[in-house]
Amino acid sequence: MLDKKRKKLVKKFFYIFLIYCLLLLIAVICAGPFCWMFSASFKSGQNIYSTSLFFKNPTLANYIGVINFMSLPKYFFNTVFITAGAILIDVIFASLCAYPLALMDFPGKKIIFGSLIASMIIPAAAGLVIIYMIVTKLHLINTFAGVIIPSSLTVFSIILLNQAYLGVPKELMDAAKIDGAGDLKIWRKIMLPSIKPAISTIVIFDFIAHWNNFLWPIIILQDPQKYPIATALKYLSGQFNYKFGYVAAGTIISIIPVIIVFLAFQKNYIEAVTGAVKG
Amino acid sequence: MLKKKSKFRQTLIAYAFMAPALILLILFVFVPIIGSLPLAFFDYSVMGDTKFIGLDNFKKLFSDSQFKIAIINSVTFVLVVPPIQILSILLAVLVNRKLPGISFFRVLFYIPVVTSMVAVSIIWGFLFDPNGLINSLLMDWGWIKEPLGFLNSSSTAMLCIMFITIWQGLGYYMMLYLAGLQSMPAELEEAALVDGANKFISFVKIKIPLLKPYIWFCSLNSVISAVGVFDVVFVLTSGGPDNATMVINYYSYFKAFNDYEFGYSAAVGLVFAVITTILSIGLFVYGKKGGGMTYNA
Repeated sequence: MLDKKRKKLVKKFFYIFLIYCLLLLIAVICAGPFCWMFSASFKSGQNIYSTSLFFKNPTLANYIGVINFMSLPKYFFNTVFITAGAILIDVIFASLCAYPLALMDFPGKKIIFGSLIASMIIPAAAGLVIIYMIVTKLHLINTFAGVIIPSSLTVFSIILLNQAYLGVPKELMDAAKIDGAGDLKIWRKIMLPSIKPAISTIVIFDFIAHWNNFLWPIIILQDPQKYPIATALKYLSGQFNYKFGYVAAGTIISIIPVIIVFLAFQKNYIEAVTGAVKG
Repeated sequence: MLKKKSKFRQTLIAYAFMAPALILLILFVFVPIIGSLPLAFFDYSVMGDTKFIGLDNFKKLFSDSQFKIAIINSVTFVLVVPPIQILSILLAVLVNRKLPGISFFRVLFYIPVVTSMVAVSIIWGFLFDPNGLINSLLMDWGWIKEPLGFLNSSSTAMLCIMFITIWQGLGYYMMLYLAGLQSMPAELEEAALVDGANKFISFVKIKIPLLKPYIWFCSLNSVISAVGVFDVVFVLTSGGPDNATMVINYYSYFKAFNDYEFGYSAAVGLVFAVITTILSIGLFVYGKKGGGMTYNA
């Protein structure tokens, strides 16, 4: 009797041990490349390709080098500027636009909704080309505005905020209307504070997307000094291929902000990602 | 009279609120979608005149061997990557249990999803390098004598691109399936276990059917992104070596911003857009029809 119990316990223990082994193995596959890059960024020129994760003489030379020679702070600042600008436009314009869509009746509402949904389904076959042509016509080539404006506002944000407005209790708005508040005032004082969670979701999504964006800046910016960090990294990894340590350090610096934001807001972020399918 | 006036006023206010967004949407979302169609019928390049050439761009497609390679590569990619990505279910099952530290592992598996494709590609580029970690390990273990040029060889480059895509998507699909598993009432499995089913049977007979909307959503999602694979090709191989990783979306980009044949690029893009649209409509219609799924991303 007791023996049977013990056998069961051993079996269970072994089972859990096996699960942890599997988890560790997958963790090595998923996070191992980052760890290896991280350790490589502290190695000096000679043993940089060595397989060991641990280093004998860790050095900051790569970080100092990448900051001094590759003007990394400049790229970092460019990225912050582009990301912040795009987030600001997206949040303000989308929250303005979704307000009447959610709460007012007006002619043309159905058409606007329909085209928003359609634009999410139909990809622009030559989207990059046509946006490039429009940006050229607007004389925004090689400017930050040309990078920020076309990709800032997303239909996804408008739809998400529309949903959020619909969840705000109607009484709140009616009370304000009776008090004689105008629409702009209602929007700013009542609606905007009520949809804060949805706005923070958009900020996180936008932050990750714009921080990582590299393609559009390559097309629009001719002056590499204006590149955001992901684009600069792509550009520099070609040019400084022989300086592997620098590229490793630059890569690590470029991904740290995204990982911090993700870790800080993971609950909110993952809820939004998985909210796309509701079972 | 008064009512009519107030209605007019409200319409005005509504459009005033929407105006900034509508201007941006028209310029950078609607015009690019609509304008893509006519562009494909023009000989439009940065240099030279623009002229209407009817179906010539499409005729050219049929005799363009590089385009054929791109189609074949894209089809291969779609046939290989999404089926493997379904295996993320197993990973979701693995992390769907109450063990100490489990949420740490979940977050860890998700990190590749949020990191930029540039960073990811640079890291894997170094790992796959002839002097890189993977070759060193394989040589240390005596599995190979000469370092392999994974990305420089036309027989392995595509496999590397597929591997990196699967690797980066693993955490994403795991999270979606995990949400599906966690939305199931625990009593269901308990009842099955009481009735004598073992864990495996209860998984196949009860969980998989309940996961169906998630499997649909994830599969169509992964098929659509497989048709449009671009970033990893752009950063790592630029379609090479020898067109081995030339895929349709990259080919369209390449024709526009390398050869400056905007019209021809639009024709290539149109083929890509039609495929994606059909798949997306499938996804959307299925979501609308229920199947217990709403699609809003």
